[in-house]
Amino acid sequence: MYSDKVMDHFTNPRNVGEIENPDGVGEVGNPRCGDIMKVYIKVEDEIIVDVKFKTFGCGAAIATSSISTELIKGKTVDEALEVTNKSVAEALGGLPPVKMHCSVLAEDAIKNAIKDYRAKNPAKSSI
Amino acid sequence: MEQRIYLDHAATTYTKPEVLEEMLPYFTEMYGNPSSVHSFGRETRKALDLARDRVARAINADSNDIYFTGSGTESDNWAIKGVALANREKGNHIITSSIEHHAVMHTCGKLEREGFAVTYLPVDKYGLVDPELVREAITDKTILISIMTANNEIGTIQPIKEIGIIAQGRNIIFHTDAVQAIGSIPVDVNEMNVDLLSISAHKFYGPKGVGALYMRKGVKAQQMIHGGAQEKNRRAGTENLPAIVGLGKAIELAVTDMPARNTRIQSLRDRLIEGIMSNVDNTLLNGHPTRRLPGNVNFSFEFIEGESLLLSLDIKGIAGSSGSACTSGSLDPSHVLLAIGLPHETAHGSLRLTLGDQNTEEEVDYVLEVLPQVVQRLREMSPLFNQQEGGKTYV
Ligand code: FES
Repeated sequence: MYSDKVMDHFTNPRNVGEIENPDGVGEVGNPRCGDIMKVYIKVEDEIIVDVKFKTFGCGAAIATSSISTELIKGKTVDEALEVTNKSVAEALGGLPPVKMHCSVLAEDAIKNAIKDYRAKNPAKSSI
Repeated sequence: MEQRIYLDHAATTYTKPEVLEEMLPYFTEMYGNPSSVHSFGRETRKALDLARDRVARAINADSNDIYFTGSGTESDNWAIKGVALANREKGNHIITSSIEHHAVMHTCGKLEREGFAVTYLPVDKYGLVDPELVREAITDKTILISIMTANNEIGTIQPIKEIGIIAQGRNIIFHTDAVQAIGSIPVDVNEMNVDLLSISAHKFYGPKGVGALYMRKGVKAQQMIHGGAQEKNRRAGTENLPAIVGLGKAIELAVTDMPARNTRIQSLRDRLIEGIMSNVDNTLLNGHPTRRLPGNVNFSFEFIEGESLLLSLDIKGIAGSSGSACTSGSLDPSHVLLAIGLPHETAHGSLRLTLGDQNTEEEVDYVLEVLPQVVQRLREMSPLFNQQEGGKTYV
């Protein structure tokens, strides 16, 4: 039911863990099935230099968490905001329809982490 | 993936070669319609009668009270809708439990939408129905009680005999879904005081797509499938003879081999339970410690989710199942796990492993080696797992 890419990210998830003293943290719960994802980001000069995640959820949730951290690492904060659940699913070679909601978890967690970062660094926002 | 270990026998079993062997001639050589008068029909009629006798013998019933169906689900539907609709003038109240199989749950739900009232009895933390609660739930409108013999998810074995006595005392029709019980525990319709009992062949090493319903003589139940005069005019449709022959052979084997097979399976079950409970912290055994099916193991591993657990085990060659919301098409966690009081997150981390007659001690030991590693790996990824505190608390 899952693509090879999903299974690859599920089996070898990238960027698992936590960051000490992160610049932003985003945590979201999935209202549909009760799963949770937490994202930590480290930002330097508006660039996301490090990102880590922890996820309590299904295979698709773990794989989308993993690939979305890959998608935003090294990007500017504004670029990272462009990541959507669709682009995450596409990057994984698609998700089964019943699992599309899992990719929302990743998008929302990243957005929340950035929001948290912006809140802590108001001066740097809206260039 | 070198080795594959099948631990999902509650979902379905393989068909035993002896069973298949008896079935095969009924596809190609003995294909007559049992309703036909000619010799072709007579030979298959004989096979049909023999299968019926075998089912009757296995559950200590009268052959005349056995009806073949297309599945355990059909049997449940027929028993519940059939009795409810035929006894409507007597009352509209049905009593069941909150941990029944969907075949019973959703059938009761359908009847509720048609004006019946259904009481879903709670269960205790082990999944047991208290017969006293059954007694208290009975009203003068109660026409049917349906309580499963043993639960498919957590393996809990219900006090069917006691509930049967209560039903009999109040003259209420009593149905039990024995789909998981046949071949795992002794089933005797007289001893258990049941009026209707559902059976499914593929749970005891028979073929899929065939079931049976025991319906005690005198029980009023509406016909569900109309057409020809098959099954004494109560369930139409040309009999699926190869499958029925298979069911007959399988139930005979399941019952005669039962003591030896179950002693073995149960010792594997206990090895698995002890091995995991003593090695993996923050783990719960769901279901009753002793009143459980010999092949059933059901754990909840805190801080992790069941689908990712199943996938990880599958990569290692181990096949199990889970009551997690993420594995159910509806994205709701198992109603059984919620009914025994598990919080949503704990139901999420459930894993059911069900053993069968081909599993070995080596396989169990392999699971004991792999499962703790898999759980640990997923916990390390989980935001709920606080390693610093040794995983003892939610963060
Ligand atoms: S996170 Fe629950 S279904 Fe994917």
